[in-house]
Amino acid sequence: MKRNLLVLQATMVLLAGAASAGSPGPPATATISGKVTYTGTPPKMKPIDMAKEPSCAKQHATPVMTENVTTGPDSSLQFVVVYISAGDTAGAAPTEVVRYDQKGCQYLPHVLPMQAGQVLQIFNDDQTSHNIHPLAKVNPEWNKSQPAGSAPIDTKYDKPEFIPVKCNIHPWMHGYFVVLSTAHYSVTGQDGSFSLKGLPPGKYTLTAWHEQYGTQTQDVTVGAGETKSANFTFKALPY
Amino acid sequence: MTQKKIFVRLALIAVIPFLAELPSGLAQESHVGKLTGHAGEGKQLYRRYCIGCHGPEGDSNGENAPWIDPKPRDFTAATFKCRSTPTGTLPTDDDLDHAITRGFVTTNMPSWNPLTPQQRVDLVAYVKTFSPRWKTDKAGAPINIPAETPVTIESILHGRELFQKLECWKCHGPSGHGDGPSAATLTDSKDNPIRPYNFSTGSRFKCGETNQDLYRIFMTGLDGTPMPSFADVIKPNDAWDLVHFLRTLQSLRTQEAGLWKKYAADHGAEIKPIGPDTGGGQ
Repeated sequence: MKRNLLVLQATMVLLAGAASAGSPGPPATATISGKVTYTGTPPKMKPIDMAKEPSCAKQHATPVMTENVTTGPDSSLQFVVVYISAGDTAGAAPTEVVRYDQKGCQYLPHVLPMQAGQVLQIFNDDQTSHNIHPLAKVNPEWNKSQPAGSAPIDTKYDKPEFIPVKCNIHPWMHGYFVVLSTAHYSVTGQDGSFSLKGLPPGKYTLTAWHEQYGTQTQDVTVGAGETKSANFTFKALPY
Repeated sequence: MTQKKIFVRLALIAVIPFLAELPSGLAQESHVGKLTGHAGEGKQLYRRYCIGCHGPEGDSNGENAPWIDPKPRDFTAATFKCRSTPTGTLPTDDDLDHAITRGFVTTNMPSWNPLTPQQRVDLVAYVKTFSPRWKTDKAGAPINIPAETPVTIESILHGRELFQKLECWKCHGPSGHGDGPSAATLTDSKDNPIRPYNFSTGSRFKCGETNQDLYRIFMTGLDGTPMPSFADVIKPNDAWDLVHFLRTLQSLRTQEAGLWKKYAADHGAEIKPIGPDTGGGQ
């Protein structure tokens, strides 16, 4: 019995090896999707006072809320990055450009995932100066002024890192660049849902990252074209 | 035979310390002018002069550090304020050598001019052993600073417009007193409170005192602080205009201050104040 299992495993390894060596490979059509929720009491998000920047304040009919723990209906948790942290072969960076906006003195999107080496384009859509200051530690830390009407800043990050981004002029502006080595990632929406599509069959380690509640991982194995579900639950603290 | 053995042993004893030290990065060198600095030599000097504040690991946790503000530089982050290189890049060996030689006014970092040039260059080499970035990255290329344009009232007025338009006043204040609307909220990259430069104190700048130094400060930015780089948004000649205007904010008898004083006496009523919604300096 044990021996049979070993043989089976060996065959699987061989098959996997052959599959990755062969040019077409198995169809990358598997999907892992799920929902991220919380238990406990998350902190209440506070309205941001933009009175010091009238050109931004007037863009918002109701005050913008802080976004560090953004929750939705049915205990869902928004802005959680779910990505493949192991089992994925890191491909070349996609040619697709990632866009980041400074609009209404907010970072859009609040959490921006990208692949290492991918081109990142930063826009200032406001009638005021911003200074964009990603506080990188593994990658180089830079800080650039981007006055109203100036050209977008083109940049990229070579190493995987979770980088807090801030604007020193408008201290309420906070965001994250999430630089990953994988091309398979997803950020949870308002309903806490995520979906990783186009996966080749295999055994993966899934990681969910939240800016305040850290990371969680779980292993998921998908067959060719299969759709598996994986859910994460974070313990929310009110501070 | 026994003599030979003793010789071999002695040779080994002489070699072993080098073998033990090399892996820790003490092969690092620095080059300033004709001098070559060696980290091994720098280490001895560092342990005598620098360790008290910057700490044995170079991470700014020396025994004096808790009582110092601004905090000593953390060399493990390889982020430096005073550089001739673009934001996000490593400084040149010259930049680090200048910083050690000059010291940082209004901080606890003194000028190390009393050391010999060779000693300072050795220290530069040792400072470069604290972060792995010095092994993987090259220093940035120094920014090009064109010849200074003449100091005229037009240049000063245009610089004043830029000060308004680029919103320098948001932190440095409408009159350069370091009291702009965002000033009180500023923190450095280690979340320590930090104040924008107050031009009215008339003190030297941390990164030098010449007009060229002032030009370099806002074009490269002061990495690790809220001061961003303006290299992508200010053209070289415009940058000199801004330099000329900034000089009028200082309580110093400069050529710029004289010109501005005369202009303000004649045209005082025409000068629009700097700040929110005034629609430009001039």
